[in-house]
Parts: sequence; C-alpha cells; structure tokens
Amino acid sequence: MTGAVLALDPRLRTALAELVLTMADDEFVSGFTDSEWTGIAPILEEDVAMSSISQDELGHAKALFELLATVLDDGRDADALAYDRQPDEYRHARLLDHARGDWADTIARRFLYEIADEARLASIGTGYPPLANLVEKLRREERYHRMHATVWIDRLANGGAEPRRRLEAALAALSVDAATVFTPLAGEADLLEAGVVTRSLAAAEAAWRGDLTSILVPLGLRVPPAAAEPPVDGRSNHSEAFRWLWGEFTTVRRLDPTAVW
Amino acid sequence: MIAAPAPTPKAVMAALERIADPEIPAVSIVELGMIGDVDVRPDRIHVELVPTFVGCPAVDMIRASIEDRLSAFCCRVDVDVSYATPWSSDRITPAGRVKLRRSGFAAPPPVREGRALPMLDAASVPCPYCGSHRTRLESVFGPTQCRSVRYCADCRQPFEAFKPV
Repeated sequence: MTGAVLALDPRLRTALAELVLTMADDEFVSGFTDSEWTGIAPILEEDVAMSSISQDELGHAKALFELLATVLDDGRDADALAYDRQPDEYRHARLLDHARGDWADTIARRFLYEIADEARLASIGTGYPPLANLVEKLRREERYHRMHATVWIDRLANGGAEPRRRLEAALAALSVDAATVFTPLAGEADLLEAGVVTRSLAAAEAAWRGDLTSILVPLGLRVPPAAAEPPVDGRSNHSEAFRWLWGEFTTVRRLDPTAVW
Repeated sequence: MIAAPAPTPKAVMAALERIADPEIPAVSIVELGMIGDVDVRPDRIHVELVPTFVGCPAVDMIRASIEDRLSAFCCRVDVDVSYATPWSSDRITPAGRVKLRRSGFAAPPPVREGRALPMLDAASVPCPYCGSHRTRLESVFGPTQCRSVRYCADCRQPFEAFKPV
C-alpha cells in the first residue's frame, strides 16, 4: 500500500473508491461499446478513429482500475476489478447502457458523454494526488475525443435531411439518461471536504448543460431537459444491451481466468 | 568472470538511451521523453517511466526492456509507470525530432492551450519528406494513439505526424 492510501481515513477511502469506480466503469463500458465499430464504421478514417478512441478509453479504464486496486487494497488487481463482477455490480452511467445503434446513436451518446466527462474531470482537485496526476494526463487525451464528437454533431446536423433526422432522434432517445454521469455519490460530501473534488456533481452538471447549450443551440438542436430530481438509479438497473456486452467482454476471462494478453 | 559494471548515473542513462521505442525503433525512449527521474544507488536503480499515452500498449514491453537492459548493473531495478509528470509531446528532444523526421514522421508542433483542432491543423507541420509547409490534416487519428495522418500537397505523399498532447 502506498503512503497516499495509508493517509486516508476509512470513510474517505470508501468515497474515493466509489468515485474512481464510476469513472473507470464509464470509460470501460464506453470503450467496449465503441470498439464494436472496428471493421464496420461508415468510412475508413472513422474505423481508425473509433478504434483509436476505444483504445484510449480502455487504457484510461485500466489506469483507473489500477488506481482503484491500490485504494481498495482487497487483493483484486485491475483485471479482477474489470472482469470478475456480475453485470449488476457495474457502476457506469445509464447513458452508456445503450447498444451501439447506428452512427447517429453513437455520435449522440459519445457527444453527451465526452462533454460530461470533461465537466467531471475538471471537477477533480488535488486532494488525492495520484488521482489528480492521472486526471491531468487524461484531460490532455480526452480533448481529441471531445473534438471528434463535436465535429460529427455539426456534420450530422448540417448534413441534410436524413442525417439530421437521425441525430435528432438519437438525442431525443438518450435525453432521459443524458445526465446520469452526474448521479449523486453517497460519499460526495467527504470528497468535497477533502478536496478530492472541487465542486459538487450538481455544479458539474450545470457546467455540462452550459457547454451543451453553447454547441447544440446554434445548430438548432434541443438540449436534453433537466430532470426535476437527480436520478437515484442512474448507475444501476442496467439494460439488456449491457448484459449482452458484458457477456462479450468477459468471454475470455470466463473461459480462462489465467489468460495473458 | 567479468564483473558487472558499476551503476553510475551516467552509465545507466547511456544504457537507457540505447533502448529503442518498440513502435518507432529509430528513436530511443529517452529521446521521446519517456524517462523521468532516474535514481541510481549501489544496490538499487529506480526509473520513472512516463508513458506517451495512458493506454499505450507498448508500455509493458518498454518496462521489460528497461529491466532487462539495466539488470546488467547487478542490482535491483524498479520501474514505476508514473503520471506525476504528465507526458507531453513537448518532451521529445531536438535529437529525437530530427530522427523522427528522418523516419518519415513529422514532429509535433508545440502544445498550446485551447482547442485541439487549430493546434493539429497548424500550418507549421512540414512534410518530413520534402519539407513543404503545404500539408493538411487528413485524419486526427492514426495507426497508433500518438499519431495523426497528414498529406503533403507538394510531394503528394501521405505521412504520419505526432499528435500534440
């Protein structure tokens, strides 16, 4: 166990583990879903782009699971955390619980998620230096993902009747789950007090909504409406689509837990 | 029997400078800026490895190369992957930039704050083959996480360029 972990009081450690788990699961599920495009994306450049982005997201998930393993210190390594849980134990946001869908579904989901992820990463303070250091590095890479999603929102919105119709339908279908990245965490007050995060999830959500507005409104697209109450089960109660994905990404691990990549 | 060489900081750095990057063997991991602090003691060498991208699949291979190469110095070798100093493309050394160009890769323009696209599309990315500045971005994403694809309008050659991060 490292010095940074030893210095945490148990309550803060639980809260930190919860935060890092949600971040890791979001990147992990997002990376696997988007890797479904490898080989079948609409154009060659997008095949390369989706494969590269997925590789980034899975790499981010791996680094976050490694960090989580040191925080939990319960004998599980990054692979065990990533692959040895039952579907109900994953804590990714319901926004990422949707099947790959068509290209517009993917772009709408990626866009809502990338802008939310940036709002979340921008909320991480210096209270737990190993997380702060990793997040600084992640932000340098994520801006390429955000740019990719934003360029495609613009392209579909201005790409003629059918692309626009499909994009609008995709955004509408996702709107109920759009804000689930900001689902309240049980230990949020402890994280704020310790400076692990510098603003609440509600404040990060407000920033996200502002970013969405500045991009979507000039394109004549609707910003997903804010819910009256924050979603309580925004990171549980997973879909059939996720259960299918889980079956896919755990196949090798279930066949041979000692397999080495 | 030949005695193992003494682990002096200079000898250890020289050994690290001879480790090629697995994806672009023309440049060393030192020239790419992947080596952070190196702490050399009589019984232990500690190397901070700074990955170019978090998900870089070559990291384990590079770590194994470092352990293998430095094991010639007799003592314990610890390699820690670290994000304490985040890797930036600005860490690539001048010598590394020259070698990248000679291998057909454009070196990254300096990292600036703000939006990524203007930075990527900078007119200051000269063609590594003919030196022309009339090049354009073809695809932000390339064959590895750290590379983009560009095209030179003068020698009509596609080429790869390091992403500024």
